[in-house]
Amino acid sequence: MRDFGGYGGRYVPETLIPALDELDRAWQEAKGDDAFRAELHALGTSYVGRPTPLTLVERFAPGKKIWLKREDLLHTGAHKINNAVGQAVLARRLGKRRIVAETGAGQHGVATATVCARFGFECVVYMGVEDMRRQKPNVERMRLLGAEVRGVDFGTQTLKEATSEAIRDWITNVETTHYLIGSCVGPAPYPELVAELQSVIGREAREQFLAAADALPEAVVACVGGGSNAIGLFHGFVDDVAVRLVGVEAAGAASLGTGRPGVLHGARSSILADEDGQVADAHSISAGLDYPGVGPEHAFLRDSGRAEYRVATDEEALAAFADLARTEGIIPALEPAHALARARDLDVDLILVGLSGRGDKDLAEALDRL
Amino acid sequence: MKTLVIYLMAEPETPELARAAVEGGADLIELGFPFSDPLADGPVVRRAGERALARGMRTRQCLDVLARTRELVGDGVPVVPMTYSSLFEAYGWERLAEEIHARGGTSMIVADLPAGERADVRRVQMVAPTSTDDRIALAGRQTDGWLYLVTLTGTTGARDDVSPALGGLVERARRLVGVPLYAGFGISTPDHARAVAELADGVVVGSRAVQVAEEGPDALRTYVSSLRAAIDGS
Repeated sequence: MRDFGGYGGRYVPETLIPALDELDRAWQEAKGDDAFRAELHALGTSYVGRPTPLTLVERFAPGKKIWLKREDLLHTGAHKINNAVGQAVLARRLGKRRIVAETGAGQHGVATATVCARFGFECVVYMGVEDMRRQKPNVERMRLLGAEVRGVDFGTQTLKEATSEAIRDWITNVETTHYLIGSCVGPAPYPELVAELQSVIGREAREQFLAAADALPEAVVACVGGGSNAIGLFHGFVDDVAVRLVGVEAAGAASLGTGRPGVLHGARSSILADEDGQVADAHSISAGLDYPGVGPEHAFLRDSGRAEYRVATDEEALAAFADLARTEGIIPALEPAHALARARDLDVDLILVGLSGRGDKDLAEALDRL
Repeated sequence: MKTLVIYLMAEPETPELARAAVEGGADLIELGFPFSDPLADGPVVRRAGERALARGMRTRQCLDVLARTRELVGDGVPVVPMTYSSLFEAYGWERLAEEIHARGGTSMIVADLPAGERADVRRVQMVAPTSTDDRIALAGRQTDGWLYLVTLTGTTGARDDVSPALGGLVERARRLVGVPLYAGFGISTPDHARAVAELADGVVVGSRAVQVAEEGPDALRTYVSSLRAAIDGS
């Protein structure tokens, strides 16, 4: 298992360690198995909607060449499905028939409920009751897909507590259950597993960008909550040392920008916490970025200097959200709207932005504020 | 003589509660330092932690409670802080471990730090029914004094019956490990305590003790006495 410069690890109760060992073995075997890769590829093209196109948005950013990697066009409307499909195939290899997951904005919950329907798995999704209120249509979607949505009504009542409850469920039912974590967070091997499943975004985008622009981008920009869409995109370019990697966090949830080393949900990373290590509340208009932790690989990329991390405010994200809709006919999710906001004022011209999801889920929240 | 371990969450009243537990027959006190996201804990301990945090129980305050508890329970009774890794990250692993010992702590338990992670941090290790023989042996080599057997796959909290997984776990641990075995999670009644004491060397009672402690020292002393009597009769 990879060590991310002292970040990562397996900070979980002993009960889960054998399951993590088993998952790691299955993952290492699957990676080298042609049949596994062929099945993922077939599901990608026939069910998920890969490859996704690049779109040049010249009216959104006049004078620059900004291309969007259109993960918003995937089945279920966000990059989360890439990971959910891959882990579902792994869960079947492990012989697990029950899936638990956490969700914030509901996109990962919908993706998980979707693959569980497709594979015939029992599905339980934990969601903070505050997020259930903010993202009601996604709750209804998950239920329609056959998932049981369990509200978490303590603490912040958002993604942080939903994740803790999903892990507690997993501790209790570990022998029958696979935990389908939604981002590149959690105990090893999850961060590298999720990054690998999402790196299809970066592989496609690099090839497409070279074909479209006859050059590599000067900068690759993506929003970072837990950081799975960013890590998937960055993996395509991390060896191209001239390409700047720019992650954009919500200003009120900047685990990398203002966090400190800490342990949350099974991994050591950079987290929002007080001086005693008690985890702090995050605040963002975007439920998907409203999380006080971040994947350990991002903390490593920050410390090594390979990637840089910036923030965008709620207002900046809302402005980019509205501008992209009016100038390009694309309604982005509020999460990648943070990346759009920073990309358009970046001091380079040739830019690739990860458009990780579509904005239908955010209409009520955004229209209220615009 | 089997060992009776009582878990209490660190709050300002806890030293007096710990003394009452020892008067009732507790041999060892586990002292919870609250954490905002306690993955190993069920609703009772989680809520107790939330309440303690809301009352300002941060690491320094917990260390003061530890020192005062040590004074009140006397030297013969080990007091073992139990918490999560994040508190150590923030305070400094070595510094907090040293401080715990300086304030009278006898070892410590870190619920989200399994054997093999940070082997340099000496602590009481935990094993569970899911642990492989290799992991039980590893935990046995690394543990500090005794081994904590988690009786069930799940979080802390009362259950109707003693976990059927305990017997097999004790049998494996006896074969692989030379230290005393104390079993906890899901043990709340004198009958449970008696049944567990027939298998293991010690019995850990947490969630139910935390609930009874809310009624004050007298209620806790009476409750612990009932556990003691059940264990000694076994």
